[in-house]
Order: sequence, then C-alpha cells, then structure tokens
Amino acid sequence: MLKVAILMLAVAVLPPPALAAEGQPEQPAPVDWQDWHAGNSVTDLASLQRGARNFMNYCNGCHALKYVRYQRMADDLKIPTAVLESELVAPGHNNLDYISTALPSSDAVNWFGKVPPDLSLIARSKGTDYVYRFLKTFYVDAGTPTGSNNLAYPSAAMPAVLSDLSGVNEAVYRQVGNDKVFDHFAVSVPGSMSSQQFDQFVRDTVNFLDYVGEPAQVERRFMGIWVVLFLILLSWLALLLKNEYWKEVH
Amino acid sequence: MSDVGAIAGSQEIDESRRKFLTVATSATAAVGAALAAVPFVSSWEPSERARALGAPVVLDISKLETGQMITAVWRKQVIYIVGRAQPLVDKLSRNDGDLKDPKSDHSLQPAYAQNEMRSRRADVVVLIGICTHLGCLPKQFFDPGDAVLGPSWPGGFRCPCHGSRFDLAGRVFDGSPAPTNLSVPPYSFQDQHTLVIGLDSLSAKGAA
Amino acid sequence: MAQEAVTKPGLWGWINRRLPVDSFVRSQLLDYYAPKNFNFWYFFGSLAALLLVMQIVTGIFLTMFYKVGEATAFDSVEFIMREVNYGWLLRYLHSTGASAFFLVIYLHMFRGMMYGSYKAPRELLWLFGMVIYLALMAEAFLGYVLPWGNMSFWAATVIINLFGAIPVIGPGLVEWIRGDYGIADATLNRFFSLHVVAVPLLLLLLVALHLVALRQVGSNNPDGIEIKEKKNALGIPLDGIPFHPYYTVKDIFGVGVFLTLFAVVVFFVPTFSDLFLEKANFEPANPLSTPDPISPSWYFTPYYAILRSVPDKATGAVLMLIAVSAFFFLPWLDRSPVKSIRYRGWIFRTFFTLFIVSFLGLMYLGLQPAQGIYVTLSRVCCVPYFAFFLLMPFYSRIDPVKPVPERVTFHA
Repeated sequence: MLKVAILMLAVAVLPPPALAAEGQPEQPAPVDWQDWHAGNSVTDLASLQRGARNFMNYCNGCHALKYVRYQRMADDLKIPTAVLESELVAPGHNNLDYISTALPSSDAVNWFGKVPPDLSLIARSKGTDYVYRFLKTFYVDAGTPTGSNNLAYPSAAMPAVLSDLSGVNEAVYRQVGNDKVFDHFAVSVPGSMSSQQFDQFVRDTVNFLDYVGEPAQVERRFMGIWVVLFLILLSWLALLLKNEYWKEVH
Repeated sequence: MSDVGAIAGSQEIDESRRKFLTVATSATAAVGAALAAVPFVSSWEPSERARALGAPVVLDISKLETGQMITAVWRKQVIYIVGRAQPLVDKLSRNDGDLKDPKSDHSLQPAYAQNEMRSRRADVVVLIGICTHLGCLPKQFFDPGDAVLGPSWPGGFRCPCHGSRFDLAGRVFDGSPAPTNLSVPPYSFQDQHTLVIGLDSLSAKGAA
Repeated sequence: MAQEAVTKPGLWGWINRRLPVDSFVRSQLLDYYAPKNFNFWYFFGSLAALLLVMQIVTGIFLTMFYKVGEATAFDSVEFIMREVNYGWLLRYLHSTGASAFFLVIYLHMFRGMMYGSYKAPRELLWLFGMVIYLALMAEAFLGYVLPWGNMSFWAATVIINLFGAIPVIGPGLVEWIRGDYGIADATLNRFFSLHVVAVPLLLLLLVALHLVALRQVGSNNPDGIEIKEKKNALGIPLDGIPFHPYYTVKDIFGVGVFLTLFAVVVFFVPTFSDLFLEKANFEPANPLSTPDPISPSWYFTPYYAILRSVPDKATGAVLMLIAVSAFFFLPWLDRSPVKSIRYRGWIFRTFFTLFIVSFLGLMYLGLQPAQGIYVTLSRVCCVPYFAFFLLMPFYSRIDPVKPVPERVTFHA
C-alpha cells in the first residue's frame, strides 16, 4: 500500500511531457507534438492584437491576407487608428486596403519554388492545431534547399523564419526496431525568447489567424445565444397552445 | 366541434385560455419573423467593400486656376470643383431675384455651404455635378455674357438634357425644370491646397 | 355552415367570386381530415416544406452577392462571409439548411418505410417523393460546386467521371456535361444556372404534385389502417380530425423545436465538425492537388460507400444505381397484407432493422478513406442493404403478420 502511494506521488510530481525539451535534465520525455493544441480564444483581444503585430512583423513579408482590410482588423481588434497607421499598415497602402504582401510572386517562385500561400483561411482549411504545430516544429535539416524541415509539414518550402526567436532546433531521434522515430528537439543555438515566450508568441499568432479565418465568429456566437433563447420561448408557447387544443382529442 | 370524428365534447373548452395562448404565440412568432427579416434587409445596405470604396477622396487643388473646373468621383457621384474669381463671387447676390432657391432653403448642402457662395471658401466651390432634375451632368459655361446664353448670363452651368441653368454657386435659375440647387457634398480642407471630399471635418470618421 | 364566401359583400366576396381562396383554404385545412394518431415521425413533411422555402429565400439572397466564374466565385463567397452585412448568416443558413434538408428527408422516408406509406393507394405519392429525393441530390451536388473550393472541384470531377462508366457514350457524355476537357468555368456556369433556376422550379413542381397526390388519397398513419373506411353519418372519418387547428398547431410546435436545434448549429457549430462545411473547401479549387482524404457530403456517402466497395468502375456504378433506384420499386416488392411495422412479423422487422443499420453503417464508412477494414465492412453492409429489397417479394409474403386493429391506436 505504501509503495503504491509513493509510486503514485512520484508520478504525480513528475513533469508531464514537456512542450520543449530545453532546460530539462538528461532524459527528456518524448515530445508528443501531434497532440499539441492551440487552445486559443478569439475573445482575448490583447492576444489578437499581439498576434496582429507578430503577423505584420514576421509573416507579412511573404504572406498576404487578401480578404482582410487593415481598417476592419483595427476595428475588430480595437487597435487605435494612429497605431494602425504607424505600425501595421504597409507603406504605400491606406487603411482601407486589403492586406497584401510586398513579395512579388515571380521572386517567390525563384527563391522558394512556390508562392507563399495567402493565409486568410489557413486556420479554417488546416485547423488552428495544425498551424500551431507547424510553427513550433521547424528543425535543422541539411538535406533541404532551405536547410530546415518541419514535422507537421515535411519538406516545407518555407524556411525557419522564427528561429531567431525560438532558437535553432536539432531533431533527436530514438531507435524503435529498425526505424528512427522523432523523440525531441535539442536547441543548438538559443533564440531571443524563452520557450514560454515563444510558445505565447505562436499562440497569439495562431489566435490572430483564427480570427482572420472568420471575423464574424464572435458576433455569431453572441447573436446565437439570443436567437436560441427566443426560439425556446416560442417553442414553449407553441407547446402550451398545442396541448390546449389537443386536450379534447381522444 | 363535438360532432366531429375524434373530438370529444366532454372536455370544457377554455376559450379565453385558448385565445390568450393563440395571441401570445402569434405575437411572439410575429416578433421573431420581424427580427428574422433584419439580416435579409440589412444585407442590401452598402457592404463593407462599398463603404471602403466610398471613402473620402483626397485631392490636391494647388493647380486649380480660376475659371477652371476639375471633376472627381465620390460615392459614385461626379463632383465639380471650380476655381472662382473674387469679382464673380461678389456679383453672386445680383442673381438672387432670378433664382428659385436663393437662400438654399430647399436644397441639399451641409450647414457651412448654406450661404451666398454655397461653399466654405470664396475661391473654390465644391458641388455635386448632377442636375437635380433628372440626373444629367451640367456643362460649364463660366464666362459671363456667353454667346449662346446671352449677354446677361452671369456665368455658371447649363444642363444639356432639358436646359436647366445654375449660377457659379450652383443655384438654379427660374425657368429651369430642375427644382433645387446643385447639391453640395460634405467636404473640408486639410490645408490650403488639400481638399477632402466626404469628410465634414478632420475629426469626423467620414460621412454616414 | 358559415355563409359561403362568394355571397359575402365587400372585398372578400369580390375576390372569392373570382378566385376560390376561401373554398380552397376550407377544403385543404378545415374540411381535410387527417388521422388523429400522428406521432413524432409525422413532423418531417412540414419541416421539409419549411426547409424548401428557407433554402429558396436564402439562396435568392446569396445569388445577389455571389459572382459565378472560375476567377471570382471563391472570392465572392469570402466577400459574402466578411463584407456583406449578415452575409455570414445567409451563408450558414443555406449550408446548414442543405444538410438539415437531407436529415429531414431521410427521416421522412424512414417514416414512409416504417408505416408502409408507399403501399396502395399511395404508390404515386411515393414515386413523386422519390423523384424529389433525386432532384434534391442533384440540387445539393450542383450547389456544392458553386463555392469553387478544392472539394467543390474534385467532387465535381469524380461524380461527373462516373458517367464515363456508361458504355459507348460515356466519355463523350462526360465532356458534354462538363463543356470542357476538365471541370472548368463552363461547368461552373451551367451548374449555377441549373442550381438557381432549373432544379428549384422542378422541385416546386414536384412538391406540388406530391401534395396533390397526398390530398387525393389522404394520409397514412402509424397503424397503417385506412381511416376513410370508417365514417360517421356526416361522412367524416371516425378516426380523423380536421387538419386545422389540430395539425397546424402541432406543426408550429414542431417548427419551433426544429428551428431551435437548427439555430444551435448555425450559430455555434456551422461546420459541424467538418461534416457540413468541409475544411478542404476553404482552399480555392486546385486542379493539381486532390484533397486527401476525399469524400462527398455525408448525405451521399451511403451510395459512395457502395460504389467504392466494388473494385470495378462500371460494376460499382451499376450497384450504386440499383441502390438508389431500389426504393422506387418498394410498392411492388412489398407483398405483405399489412402496412405498418407495428403489425409485421419478426422476419420483416429483422430485414428492415438490418437495412437501417447497414444504411447508417454505409453512411459512416463512406466518410472514411477507401482502404482496409472500411472497404471490407462496406462490402458486408451491402448484403443486408440489397437483401432488404431483392428478397422482399419472398419474405414479405411469408412474414407472420399480426392482426391490424379496427380503429387507430392513439398515443396522443
């Protein structure tokens, strides 16, 4: 009994599989990256604002959001016009323009082999979990044109543009039978952010992309509560009316 | 009803409860239907794209000379911007007796344009260049004593469709089919040479 | 009886002398007697009518903003979702409405099969219903192509290619339907016309015929006995009640509950976990990349599973055709003297239950990738599915039925 209790206590105290292996002792737990969840909330305005900033600073160089207007984004995210104009709107554009990218398609094809896709709907077509995992599983791979690879999207044409922030990841494998299976990342060159900060950075960016995928979602859910309540009321009245008439039917 | 098929007459029919429930349910359903109509009706309002395309138009008028007109488009409407010489502006009040609406009481303009010269500044007038009769674009006849319009013509506009005539403040002359003066859009000056059509003042977000 | 409307003074009399409004309303609602024992399964006809109206109205409004064409369609849908006031609501009402329509229709058909509503004298009523079902499937398929997402494109490619299985004329037919060498702008444009104009008009005509046929023979009921066989001195069925107010009031309640559930989906889970709006359709059509996995919308998947269970293209297509058309023959396959499942024996109940289980199973399997256990199970499910129809002439005759009651059994 005591042994079991000690064992259970030990298990409870052990850290769960870490999201990033750095800073852990000798034997990091295998990284369950396929079970990571974005866990974002589009009602968190501060997070969305940070995500917008992250996107403009790190993604907009190659990726457009062609269905999103700067002004609409500022209105929904409650970003003041002055901040919008000085920090977010690309030079040569005005507040009412759709968000484009400065990267010409022809250059993109020359440099990356394909045009970086527009990201307006990435959260809807691939899901927020996928985008979260994608941004967090870049690692060094000398065998690719970009020198990096990605666990969520193998042979991705996109280079590891966030490695300044996250640090440079080396993939560490373990033997399972005859195969090499991914075990965890080891950071060979630390980035400017701690793993916690980078995780927050990615979550905010994914949150922003979730909003971008469907800007009306918050309004939709809010309206939905009232509509459903009204319909419940109407159905209840209709039931009373129906029962009143059907009392006499035998 | 009690002789009909399966309806038993043994149960007392509470007419008043029945009526109350019918009215309550119908009223709630009617409210629901009205609310349900809102998204459909509202979808016809100008979309975000239309509102964006209808955003204020910023124009550099530093090159505008007296007697010259430049046109712009704001919210799908043609806007006339005319440079006026001061002597012609001073003479505007002489037209009053020949005008249908000299004080612009029945015409459409922002408060700052309901004056003799129908503009914020004497040297520039901003008008919606659409004849208030049936919507044609009036042509410019700025020179007084024009050959076609006669020696007493003070300068202004004449509409080619049905002959309505307007003075250099866009005010309609008697004898024109047009009922009111040329309308004035909301506008303001960012500085001496920058006209913003669609914005009453720099603090406003734009015309509704 | 109330004074005949045609003799009334005033505007109402004037109208009724020229158009039989009052007598029509009377005959359809007040003097029309429906069985008093309608249960839960009898809500779905009126709900289907509601959905038809809803799809038409939301469809009309969507057409005001949608721009047909390879280059503009996808963008215009996003324009509706983001920039048209309440455009997102119009879109979700229409996409959820499509799935709701099929759910309601399947439950409506299930009722018909359970209570033998396809049997004499209601065979034509059933046939009109079946043609409506086919037209609805066509309408849904055509509509799905319009957003021009990647699933739209590939669903169109795969389904149109099915016609290539027809011997001799197949390949030519496929090109004729497409109007091009692959699914292209020409295909999209004609699908738009068919979806917005042609098939809706056809549906309205078919629904009208369906209702007239119903009115002619009167509704069936859960006991499967004919209420018109027992009338009172006034010629009113003993087990009948006037449609109005009893079923108008009951259907309004049904509409209320349905709209509540419908609103929960529209406002909170419009994609319904990838079933009503597929993820792959949020990417524009890409002729160079097929979505993986690929499957049609859930309401087609039973037939899709049957198609895929056979490795041969032509045989799979034929089997799928038989699977859909088998329903048409039900009035003549069923040799039982009894209509309602309540009075059928264990043989029929077993076949019917296995059929329903296999239908639902095939629906699930059609959504999965076409490999391994899924294909095996699809083949297994095909057996009770086809056996239900093909063996019915035999088992329905030997099925030990129970005596039907004289009068309807009423469960309020």
